[in-house]
Amino acid sequence: MAEHAAHLETSTGLDNRKLAIWTFIGSECLFFATLISNYLVQKETWLTGPGPFPHEAWTSPAGKAFEPIIEIPLVTVGTALLLFSSLFIVLALSAAQHGNRKGLLFWLGATLFCGFFFVGMQVFEFTHFVHNGLTLHTNLFGASFFTLTGFHGTHVTLGVIWLLTLWIEAYRGRIPPAKSLNLEMAALYWHFVDVVWVVIFPVVYLIK
Amino acid sequence: MLLRSAAIRRLRRLAPLFCVVALVLAGCTPDHYSQTAFRPLSDFGRIGDDIQTTTLKWAVLVFLLVEGALLYAIFRFRGKPGDPEPSQTHGNTTIEIVWTVIPALILAAIAVPTVRGIFQMSATPGADALEVQVIGHQWWWEFRYPALNLTTANELHIPVGQTVSLKMSTVDVVHSFWPPRFAGKRDVFPNRETRLWFKADSAGEYSGQCAEFCGMQHARMAFHVEAQSPGEFAAWVAHMQTLRAAPAAAAAPSMDSMRTASAGATVQAEASGPGDPQYAAGEKLFQAKGCVACHSLNAFDAPKGMIGPNLANVGARSHIGAGTLKNTDENLVRWIENPQLIKQGVLMPNLGVKPEEAKALAAFLRAHQ
Amino acid sequence: MATSALDQQRAHAAADHGEKTGLWSWITTVDHKRIGILYGATAFLFFLIGGIEALLLRVQLGTPDNTFLAPDTYNQLFTMHGTTMIFLAIMPLSAMFFNFMIPLQIGARDVAFPRLNAFSYWVFLAGGLLLNSSFLFGLAPDQGWYGYANLTSRQFSPGMNVDFWLLGLQILGIASLAAAVNFFVTIVNMRAPGMTLMRMPIFVWMSFITQILLLLAFPVITVALVMLMFDRNFGTHFFVPSGGGDPLLWQHLFWIFGHPEVYILILPAFGIISEVLPVFSRKPLFGYAAMVFSGAFIAFLGFGVWSHHMFTTGMGPIADTFFSLTTMLIAVPTGVKVFNWMGTIWGGSIQYRVPMYFALGFIAMFVIGGLSGVMHASPPADLQQNDTYFIVAHFHYVLFGGSIFGLTAGAYYWWPKMSGRMLDETLGKVHFWLMLIGFNVTFFPMHILGLNGMPRRVYTYPAGLGFETLNQIETVGSFILALSFLVFIANIVRTMRSPRNAPADPWNGATLEWAIPSPPQEWNFAEIPVVHGRDALWELKRQRGGPLPEPPRVSGKGIHLPNPSYWPPVAGLGVLVAIGGVLAFPTHGPWLSIAGGVILFFGVFKWAFEPAG
Repeated sequence: MAEHAAHLETSTGLDNRKLAIWTFIGSECLFFATLISNYLVQKETWLTGPGPFPHEAWTSPAGKAFEPIIEIPLVTVGTALLLFSSLFIVLALSAAQHGNRKGLLFWLGATLFCGFFFVGMQVFEFTHFVHNGLTLHTNLFGASFFTLTGFHGTHVTLGVIWLLTLWIEAYRGRIPPAKSLNLEMAALYWHFVDVVWVVIFPVVYLIK
Repeated sequence: MLLRSAAIRRLRRLAPLFCVVALVLAGCTPDHYSQTAFRPLSDFGRIGDDIQTTTLKWAVLVFLLVEGALLYAIFRFRGKPGDPEPSQTHGNTTIEIVWTVIPALILAAIAVPTVRGIFQMSATPGADALEVQVIGHQWWWEFRYPALNLTTANELHIPVGQTVSLKMSTVDVVHSFWPPRFAGKRDVFPNRETRLWFKADSAGEYSGQCAEFCGMQHARMAFHVEAQSPGEFAAWVAHMQTLRAAPAAAAAPSMDSMRTASAGATVQAEASGPGDPQYAAGEKLFQAKGCVACHSLNAFDAPKGMIGPNLANVGARSHIGAGTLKNTDENLVRWIENPQLIKQGVLMPNLGVKPEEAKALAAFLRAHQ
Repeated sequence: MATSALDQQRAHAAADHGEKTGLWSWITTVDHKRIGILYGATAFLFFLIGGIEALLLRVQLGTPDNTFLAPDTYNQLFTMHGTTMIFLAIMPLSAMFFNFMIPLQIGARDVAFPRLNAFSYWVFLAGGLLLNSSFLFGLAPDQGWYGYANLTSRQFSPGMNVDFWLLGLQILGIASLAAAVNFFVTIVNMRAPGMTLMRMPIFVWMSFITQILLLLAFPVITVALVMLMFDRNFGTHFFVPSGGGDPLLWQHLFWIFGHPEVYILILPAFGIISEVLPVFSRKPLFGYAAMVFSGAFIAFLGFGVWSHHMFTTGMGPIADTFFSLTTMLIAVPTGVKVFNWMGTIWGGSIQYRVPMYFALGFIAMFVIGGLSGVMHASPPADLQQNDTYFIVAHFHYVLFGGSIFGLTAGAYYWWPKMSGRMLDETLGKVHFWLMLIGFNVTFFPMHILGLNGMPRRVYTYPAGLGFETLNQIETVGSFILALSFLVFIANIVRTMRSPRNAPADPWNGATLEWAIPSPPQEWNFAEIPVVHGRDALWELKRQRGGPLPEPPRVSGKGIHLPNPSYWPPVAGLGVLVAIGGVLAFPTHGPWLSIAGGVILFFGVFKWAFEPAG
């Protein structure tokens, strides 16, 4: 009897690809957990290094003064938009599952807008930091900050590319309800990236 | 009849194995090994050794029982053609519980002395302990006695019967200080102090080695512990304290009429050493060849942060090159001529020393005892 | 003659059903069985390379103060020996069995993601090639397979050796993670109807737990290696004390990965043995549930013991006590497994065929390794044992006496299924005895040397410490061990030249793979079986009152299989160039990596939009 690839019965009833994304996300949790733990562990010792620092002012032995380098307002806006984007993608997925192409394009576009903004905000922040004397190798804060948020930002960027590809596919009418799983996988990944930021934001930006 | 010969055949097949095992066990006596961990000569060493013996006994017992059962099963349950299907047992809850609980109990029997031993070993030595700072370098060991203001290298003199409190670190990579006759090992780090202590109960010279891979010459980073009676140790200390920058007021006579060192880093017009022209030549070369840049000849009040081992008493040490060579005149000359040939990668470069120059330097250093 | 008639029949069937031949078919294959063979052949080659490295080490150590190898050559060889054996031999040999056997044992046609499966293999090959290419430049990694900081910092390891190592491992990590996702989903989601989790073959269970360990442990080493790469190339100070970093942080991160890694190395062998022992004792595995739960418990607890590798670092009595107790605790489920294996053969009708020899040898050797492991669990004793040959003895007993013996048992057991030919029994027994004797002669004396003062990772030792005799014996042993592998190779060569006429079920097996022809047809099962219990095939034979008839080779009409694809190897190439290109950063900037990234992106896009087929 012929078997259709897309309709193979699975032991759990879940599509293989959905299970795969969850599995991948599970593994990525350990990846970010390691980066975040490292940030927290090294936070104990970094005041020995030269500044600048996130929340504390510091003056170099040569007399140069550094203000605390973290700027909360901009990042808060980016965070809020990223959180909203998770809502938007849920709406986009719902539209896809109901065959609502216009709704799908709108909400997925809104998600992309938030994603672009977030990445842009991070690029701006990184550039601002570098101009104010904080690079990857300036001190331990720079090293752990740029590594942690850099990897997160890379994950967001890859998510944006994925979503953009899906948006183009949707535009071409190639995401009917039967293929909404493609979007659902991206949405799961996108939620994950969002949740990781929900942890990073307080740990790096809010907790002193 | 058939069974017997099959069993004998199998045993005969195992014969070479038994021979090897016998040979191996013959090499087993710890007294054959000068760096053995099985003959502790200190209190700290005995804490570890007691637990080691306990765990070894349990391990051997379990080994005999389990491997014995395995061997028995291998012979007893061998199948023959035409055998009926054996009973299809899927498990036995009672037995499974028993063989979960019994190992847990054995482990508990090991855990109790273990935890006790951990806390005993982490005790802080009392104020009457002799403090020694151990500093690891690629690839040699620096020893400092802060209370005595002494610095030396590669040969650690300690008094028997007094606790030695080692406070350890490294200037470069992670090493591990391991004096097996006295204690287990402790790693040394560049950014924190680690500690070890022990009270030796037997005099003698005992070797130890670095036990954490630390680069090219990790294999040649040995040291020697010279455990001495309190009187001998005091004499050694007193003698070492005369090895200083200012000319020694009165050279303390030592047991086997060693020549005392004269001036340290600076060339003195009147050397209190013998009028040996080799010595004088060596002294000049020590400056000219740049040895002074890395090596101090003062044991007392020695400068910190020298790249090379302190050479104040190098003439009297049992080994040179951190245990690489025995400290004979010939070896000393060889080392000075071409350290890279003997210990490739060592931080001491080839100084382009000619043979006669090497002999002079060797004589100069030999006088530093 | 019956044999050749059968062969002819099979040849016709093959031609009719497009059994592909030729190099291109292997490069574009997405068939789990072929990918398994690729893994196996590649891993075996790397194993031989690692073995030659070991022989060179043993020649150097055969005499005191030896100058056969220069110090830095020795250090490169011991580092590569360890790295090769762990990442390029044992893990991919296990992957060979995951690939070939898991779909067969669960009654599936392939894994969940066939192209991802191929991608994993090509990336593994890339990693192995990158690591070994370092020899061509005289820059093989030389820092020990654990790469402790701060020896690995740019200051103390200025050459590119460490960079080859960390980049090679990153590439291998990608291969392992991709494969782990694949097998996890396959096992969870593609079991035949009626095969509940507790009816799965025990090899599938142990493999399943291994995949979970891979998924959770590899991200940690990935982060650690990224941090090391940044320290060495971008001026950060994660592990460098002069900038506030901490070398001990590396040890923690490495061992949080490293300890689960050792369970990744042994669990597949546990699974294989648990399959072989019942078949050759003619009774079921004793305590199946206990075996499953003990395996899961070992994996879980395996994340809580890592600092037992760090007892000599002075972490303080509380930390020492905690890790000592968890390490002792993990011995309990391990012991349960050993006793369950004994319970399996006890009262059985033991068939002395070669797979059984290796399985019994596994038990004997692994028990020794496990016991020395318990001895290390106690810090006061471990202070003497750590970093000595006593540890070298321990891990060789568990990794060689355990994993390699287990994998070899699997090789002899599943060879007929994979190749359609039976390996020769006599040569197999010669292989076994030489391996058992050679192994013990090489590694048993190391217990003695270690406790009597010989540290590890030393390119030589002075005469006069008493180490000479046992070292000589060990060197002789290593050549006996090498000889055993020559016998194995001879067996393989001779076998592969013989006709392909192995029966479907030569051993009276209990699991589904024995119900289909040897080797299986491309689609594995003509009809997906329905499973009613554990040891499904024994159950079936019991119902029929005798052995099953030889399954016919059938036409695959109507069975849908995924198309081959060249995008996985292209994407694999992208990974190699992108990550390997970091080596060119100092001299040529990031352009090679960027090019690799482009190739990777292109490959992935084409793969994503390729009709799945």
